[in-house]
Amino acid sequence: MGLMLWCTAHFLHAGSIRVGPEQGITSISGATQKALCGDTIWIESGLYKEGNIVLDKSLTLMGMGNPVLDGEKKYEILTVGADDVSIVGLTFINSGYSAMNDFASIKIVGSRYFKIESCTIRNSYFGIHVSNCSYGKIWNCSVEGTPDQEQNTGNAIHFWKCDHMEVFNNLSSGHRDGIYLEFVTDSRIQKNTSTKNIRYGLHFMFSHQNSYQHNRFLKNGAGVAVMYSHQVDMIQNEFQDNWGPSSFGILLKDITDSRIIHNKFIRNSAGVFMEGSNRCVIDSNLFQENGWALRVQASCTDNQIAYNNFMGNTFDVACNGTLVLSKFNSNYWDRYKGYDLNKDQFGDIPYNPVSLYSVLVEQNSAFLILLRSALTVILDEVEKAIPVLTPIDLQDLSPVLTPYPL
Amino acid sequence: MIKIIKYFLIDIIKNKVILGLTLFFLVTSFSLLYLDENQTKAVLSLMNIVIIVVPLISMIFAGNYYFNAYEFKEVLLSLPVARTRIILSEMIAVSISLALSLGLGLGIPALIFGAGSTILYLILITMVLSVACAAIALLVVILSREKSRGLGLVLLAWFYFSLLYDVIIMTLLMNFSDYPLEKFVVFLAALNPIDLCRISMMLKLDISALMGYTGALYKEFFSSLIGSAFTLGTMLLWILIPTLISIRIYRKKDL
Repeated sequence: MGLMLWCTAHFLHAGSIRVGPEQGITSISGATQKALCGDTIWIESGLYKEGNIVLDKSLTLMGMGNPVLDGEKKYEILTVGADDVSIVGLTFINSGYSAMNDFASIKIVGSRYFKIESCTIRNSYFGIHVSNCSYGKIWNCSVEGTPDQEQNTGNAIHFWKCDHMEVFNNLSSGHRDGIYLEFVTDSRIQKNTSTKNIRYGLHFMFSHQNSYQHNRFLKNGAGVAVMYSHQVDMIQNEFQDNWGPSSFGILLKDITDSRIIHNKFIRNSAGVFMEGSNRCVIDSNLFQENGWALRVQASCTDNQIAYNNFMGNTFDVACNGTLVLSKFNSNYWDRYKGYDLNKDQFGDIPYNPVSLYSVLVEQNSAFLILLRSALTVILDEVEKAIPVLTPIDLQDLSPVLTPYPL
Repeated sequence: MIKIIKYFLIDIIKNKVILGLTLFFLVTSFSLLYLDENQTKAVLSLMNIVIIVVPLISMIFAGNYYFNAYEFKEVLLSLPVARTRIILSEMIAVSISLALSLGLGLGIPALIFGAGSTILYLILITMVLSVACAAIALLVVILSREKSRGLGLVLLAWFYFSLLYDVIIMTLLMNFSDYPLEKFVVFLAALNPIDLCRISMMLKLDISALMGYTGALYKEFFSSLIGSAFTLGTMLLWILIPTLISIRIYRKKDL
């Protein structure tokens, strides 16, 4: 308590310390030891190899002309364990790798009100590792790794047990997961780009009441996977080019009461894969040129799939059973062959988005060899007339005839 | 021999059927590309047509022409010309006219609408497919004596290659789904020129879906250099083998 008061008092007349090859103080560790709470340490450009730097006071580290902190592939570079820390404009390279510890370029533990801004991180094990924190900001950072095996790389931006985080405008690539959240609540993830990560572009578990907006997830090994969370908002994100044997635009596993609105799913093996997800709203999204636009497992209930555009997908919807408890309404399907005689903008006959052939492929993927053959076309037409294998309940009762302007 | 091919070609063009076909392809391709604002969709529709219509047309055209040119061939046979040359020339003339008809009919609209490499590949493979179908049809009609029976058999052959064969594959897959059939199915597909063309076109069009677990294997195989060589080689075999058998039979056939 005494320390806190003293620190607060000191903020009122914060000092500044300069570190640089030609300054009195040449090492960052030296400066942090000398500094008092609330001070700003200005770090001039240069290469700093200091092993592990520990920050246990409320300080601001400010880079001038891009200083580089090198971990020499041995050390965790910066470890922060204090509140009110700002780290601005630094470059971190070559953090250590360990199978025992989660070495990171910047590790933040138990901090409140921290801010990491405009930092560049290259060749790290973990990029930014945040645990047990609240009210943190990570802005305009770029974290890039050199893709190796999944085992040898950590996550680019990693959160564990945090709340009220703001992750804005960052770039993450070449790591295991681009952005990883576990037990994180009330956070906002916006305008980030996550690409070419070995596993997932975005991965979260047990992270409730978070919002993801305007992010782009491109060419990640297995797309995006979100699990065991509720009240998640995913709005205006782009999921593109996630190709692979088990790759998804987005995998929703046990996600409940969430909203997926105005997103774009383009050229993914599966646009959205849903499993055990209930009461989700999938609204006004664009599904274009995916292998499967939507794969809804029978374990999903009460989802609303409405006002989406389905264009140029190989399969519109696939499901693994005949029982479907989700509702499809007023979507645009480019395969729909209905008509609108009463001119109310909705097709007069329902659209059945699951074709017989997609059911067969779901049962045995070797059937893919017959894709687009005359036989499958005929089978699909027959099935449309007399449905036997396809789920009859899965229907869009009011398909629209013109695509929505999304 | 070039002279004989020329005579056959002149005869085919006089016939006007081939001009009609060219016009048909031209109109179809033009309307598809013109009406669909989304080019991928147009290519898909075009592919559906190509897979069913082109083999049918090529086979009937080749089979029909064999009988139509019967008298012309009789005249040629009375001259000192080897039978091998006559039948080979006919095959080449029919192939050239079919391939040209398809190339022009589908190609001109594609070029007008600025089509990408996918559609050009589609046209190219369609041309090869039409030649293979013509070769098969020629073999079938040489084996039969009458026109009506010959054309009936040609239709049956088309039905077999475009539908029955897939039914057989499907039955196999259904009954032996417990076994790893993927590689075997690739081999089976190669035994049908229409399937082979369809798969190689599909890999250009539906890559994302085919990247599923099994699809990855197909894609890996067919899009590799070996796979391309395999596709091309097998298609050439589908042209060469029926032609060679046709020549052998025709040489000894009691006309």
